[in-house]
Amino acid sequence: MSDWRYRVAELRSTLLAALVFVAMFAIYVGNHSAGFSANVVQTAANKGVLLAFLAIAQTFVVLTSGIDLSVGAMFILTNCLASWIVVGSAGMTALGVAGVLLAGLACGAVNGAIVIFGRLQPIVATIASGAVYFGIALALRPNPGGDVNSDLADLLTGQLWGGIPASLVVLLAVVLTIWLPFRRSALGRAVYAVGSSEVAAYMSGLDTRRAKFASYTLSGLFAAMGGLMLTFFTYSGEASSANASTYTLNSIAAVVLGGVSLFGGTGSAVGAIFGALIFRTINDLLFVFDLDPLWQPLFLGIVLLISVCIGSVRLLRIRNRLDLFG
Amino acid sequence: MSQDQAKPAPFRLPKVLRRIDPAVATAFACIVALLLVGSLYSSNFLSADYLLQQLQVGSFLAMAATGMMIVVLLGQIDLSVPWVITVGAMMSTAAAGWGPVGSWCAIPIGILCGMIFGLVNGIGVAYLRVPSMIFTLGTNAVAQGLMIMRTGGAAPQDMATTAMRTLATGRIVADIPNALWIWVLIGAATIFLLKRTTFGRSVYAIGNSERAAYLSGSPTRRVIVLAFVMSGALSAFGGVLLAGYSIKAYQGMGDPYLLPAIAAVVLGGTSILGGRGTYLGTVAGVILITLLQSILSIMQIDESIRQIVYGLTIILMLLLYGRSAILRT
Amino acid sequence: MDAPVPLFAMTGISKRYGGVKALDKASLTLHAGRIHALLGENGAGKSTLIKIMSGVVQPDEGSLEFDGRTVRFPTPAAANDAGIVCIFQELSLIPDLSVADNIFIATPPRRFGLIDRKAQRRMAEEWLALAGAEDVHPLAPVKDLPLSRRQMVEIAKALARRPRILILDEATSALTAADVGKILAVLKRLRGEGLALLYISHRMQEIEELADDCTIFRNGSNVASYPAGTKSHGDVVELMIGREYSHVFPPKPPPVPAAMPPVLEARGLTWTNRLSDISLAVRPGEIVGLGGLDGQGQRELLLALFGVLRGVAGEIRIDGSPVAIGGPSAAKAARIGMALIPEDRKTEGLMLPMSVRDNLSFAALGTLSNGGFIDQAAEARAVDDMLRLLAIKTEGIDVPVATLSGGNQQKVVIAKWLMMAPRIILLNDPTRGIDVGTKQEIYQLLRRLADQGVAILFYSTDYDELIGCCERVLVLYDGRVSRELAGNELTERVLVGSALNIATETGEAGHAPAIGA
Repeated sequence: MSDWRYRVAELRSTLLAALVFVAMFAIYVGNHSAGFSANVVQTAANKGVLLAFLAIAQTFVVLTSGIDLSVGAMFILTNCLASWIVVGSAGMTALGVAGVLLAGLACGAVNGAIVIFGRLQPIVATIASGAVYFGIALALRPNPGGDVNSDLADLLTGQLWGGIPASLVVLLAVVLTIWLPFRRSALGRAVYAVGSSEVAAYMSGLDTRRAKFASYTLSGLFAAMGGLMLTFFTYSGEASSANASTYTLNSIAAVVLGGVSLFGGTGSAVGAIFGALIFRTINDLLFVFDLDPLWQPLFLGIVLLISVCIGSVRLLRIRNRLDLFG
Repeated sequence: MSQDQAKPAPFRLPKVLRRIDPAVATAFACIVALLLVGSLYSSNFLSADYLLQQLQVGSFLAMAATGMMIVVLLGQIDLSVPWVITVGAMMSTAAAGWGPVGSWCAIPIGILCGMIFGLVNGIGVAYLRVPSMIFTLGTNAVAQGLMIMRTGGAAPQDMATTAMRTLATGRIVADIPNALWIWVLIGAATIFLLKRTTFGRSVYAIGNSERAAYLSGSPTRRVIVLAFVMSGALSAFGGVLLAGYSIKAYQGMGDPYLLPAIAAVVLGGTSILGGRGTYLGTVAGVILITLLQSILSIMQIDESIRQIVYGLTIILMLLLYGRSAILRT
Repeated sequence: MDAPVPLFAMTGISKRYGGVKALDKASLTLHAGRIHALLGENGAGKSTLIKIMSGVVQPDEGSLEFDGRTVRFPTPAAANDAGIVCIFQELSLIPDLSVADNIFIATPPRRFGLIDRKAQRRMAEEWLALAGAEDVHPLAPVKDLPLSRRQMVEIAKALARRPRILILDEATSALTAADVGKILAVLKRLRGEGLALLYISHRMQEIEELADDCTIFRNGSNVASYPAGTKSHGDVVELMIGREYSHVFPPKPPPVPAAMPPVLEARGLTWTNRLSDISLAVRPGEIVGLGGLDGQGQRELLLALFGVLRGVAGEIRIDGSPVAIGGPSAAKAARIGMALIPEDRKTEGLMLPMSVRDNLSFAALGTLSNGGFIDQAAEARAVDDMLRLLAIKTEGIDVPVATLSGGNQQKVVIAKWLMMAPRIILLNDPTRGIDVGTKQEIYQLLRRLADQGVAILFYSTDYDELIGCCERVLVLYDGRVSRELAGNELTERVLVGSALNIATETGEAGHAPAIGA
């Protein structure tokens, strides 16, 4: 019996994020003129899935108590790349998809190398690498354009049987095949250990460098998945720096909303996905309640601020003020 | 049992040279290198006119970078710079439209708005102990929300006051841009603040060890709040100058300043972990970034290559002197 | 019972750290199936010996033999592979992971390449039970466990590595009597299975119950090795402390008359479960000592007086009037005039990368400035004065304080506070890890300050110091003042005995320690 208690406690922040999302989405759908229809769900899903992929990417790095400010740039880069190579026959398209994912892996690996072997702080290293990735994106698509295999795009952005959005299925598939095995693996546990206490992890004999490298590389992979999906939605590649920075910052907000601690060691990509969905739904809620769209960004900001302050309640329990300092 | 003797003396440079921070020296060396490279492309590059113009443009970045430096020295970061700049610009131009009294107060009003955001940041970080990265991200979003609400999402039509325009674009003294004089004044004040005041000393102390600073009786929370207030004020003032430069404020005008501000601070030798850095380094960092962006644009190099060079340069310079210690148990 | 070949033997081990000799031709022999207790005061060399045994540190000279063969352990992993597992005082547990995850952190059971959580949980339960920690749930996150449970988990983790030699370095310091009982049962069982155990503890009861052999260390070498039970308590204490007085203490003046009103008083201080109803009084010119074993609340008491702890019940009075001290900045204000020399100079006393000058002037910066602007001339004078007063050896005032020796660093910490001209000085084990010469300078300084009327509360883990410097010593045990020693009673015998909770006059052990979890 108590086993369940611990398993639930472990997933507490994720479950909370899920609950909040379900509640918000229910309100949204309840007040939407079209109600709980397949189209409403699909539109919502498509918008949310993009940020969800980036939130997962950010989660990997944040779990090691790092930060990746280049996820948005990798996202845009892979989008532009995909608009070139994910075209043509089925075989070529498959190769193109593989190429885009590899590009993401490579970018992530470069980030990892700079942070681990170069021993640079993640925040500045990824700012700089983000500029480089964005430059490459610009080189690929100085102007918006390109194309993508329409069959594949329609398949993955449309609806499947019973009105389930294909994009959600893709997300689910990816979580099942990559995130869950990762989390249960020794490498995944090492990532959590490094974020929780790098010194204790080292003393316990874990390979902290390998763990960190894996997390940055996986971040790149998921950013690339997001980039692919973006291409499927927009049928083009666009190197917009505004989008890159917005998505980067939104991914950080999403992981925080999803209960992943910026200090590392706790949280889950599933929570981050719900955080991303919450983020998106807030906007939709405002739309549905006929709130002046001008109020939306403010509302979003206030919600974000309040949600990050919730953790401060723990301060009331501190008995030794020296514990306030890291 | 701890070690009980002084560590062996390392190789010693003559005292004068020793006092120069290697990071700052490298930054200035890079500036010189850039100037030489630029001059190869166009003789205009070394002209006084061009250099002064660069310094003028750099002054705007310098405002954000100065505020950022103070916060980074504490071991924190201020990601609300983009929209606090915009707030400063929009509120000051708005005040300009409120009649003659408004016109007089335009600049102070803009700065005051920035200070309010800084205060909120400071409280969140010092008292609520929320990581500054996420808290300032939140205030940035709130600032954006407020401005969008105010302007209806469109470009505001308010114009900058004459004072603002003069400050940003005029040349009153010796044909040197006013903006540059402002930078010099603010820079001098910042150097004085950091070196000669208890506040400045506390900033460095907190950046090195908040725990030791606290146990030494330093009012650490107040210092943190004050630092963020300064950052907000300076960012907003930067926005005021920018509005003076472009006559009007516009949405997203502060966005291009965040990453360069952080880069300028770090390239100038200030450690992102806090506790270490000099203002001279930030000056070098700002000039370096401004020159870099300018050279790349003059050479009419494609924006894409510019971004890549920008990023690679930062990484390279950081690898030279920004590396962390190897973890030892 | 004589075992034939020693399982593990160290001979002629020496180790120097800079100018300090931690180990001086030390030796130790362990036999399989026997529990060996290692006794000695702080600084006697026990920790260094263990670090050498477990591969954390290399000896300067001497040899190690395992199973009769000469061995070397260049890394902790090498020692682990050989079957030596050490449980250090600093825990190596990952706070956010579960107990089971921690026990098998390095080599988890696997299924299809992934961690087999069911098997891991089951095995963790077994090892927890073997370690006597059945009440710890294997899925509980380590950070939620109290220190005593974490120590049990650390023990289970060590046992799961199936060692041939297990070293416990005061690994039971936070355990309740019941827990200790379980651990002792486990260790006895393992002994029966052939495990060799090296056990460092100050707790005579445990040692009596557990040990087969005992070794006493003093000044870095083995002064006695004997089968357990063949020496009386009195003898043991004498062997632990008996040494030439290498410390010279300034002569103590006649004690301050009790009628003199105290400048610092505490009444009934209570805080969580670490401080229970502590009352004390310090008069101007007195040096009052805090003694007792590590971790009995001495540190917490000093922090409570300085205003760092929250939720402290009881009363603090300065000059007879009750005050509420909100924190260090209130404590150092002129009205109260308190100073605290903290426990860890590197992380709590100094900003290491900053210059000597900046560190020296930091606490007193308010008095050296006008309206926030630092008066550089005043600062320079004050810094100069302190450098001279304390004879701080440094290459200059602009060098980072990290380049100074430990002793000089500590002098900087003390000087920093002396600049405030405090009336009350709290010292948290100030001479730990400092060379003898500097220690004596500090003793002289404290005496001078007391003569000038400063009230001093002095916590030290060095019994010599407490006796040499203090007029009175309050021995803390489990968060309470168990005894106050003064005058003739203030001898090492009685002090050590009180700390160990044995009555040295009769040589009997006191009642079993009821140590809070």
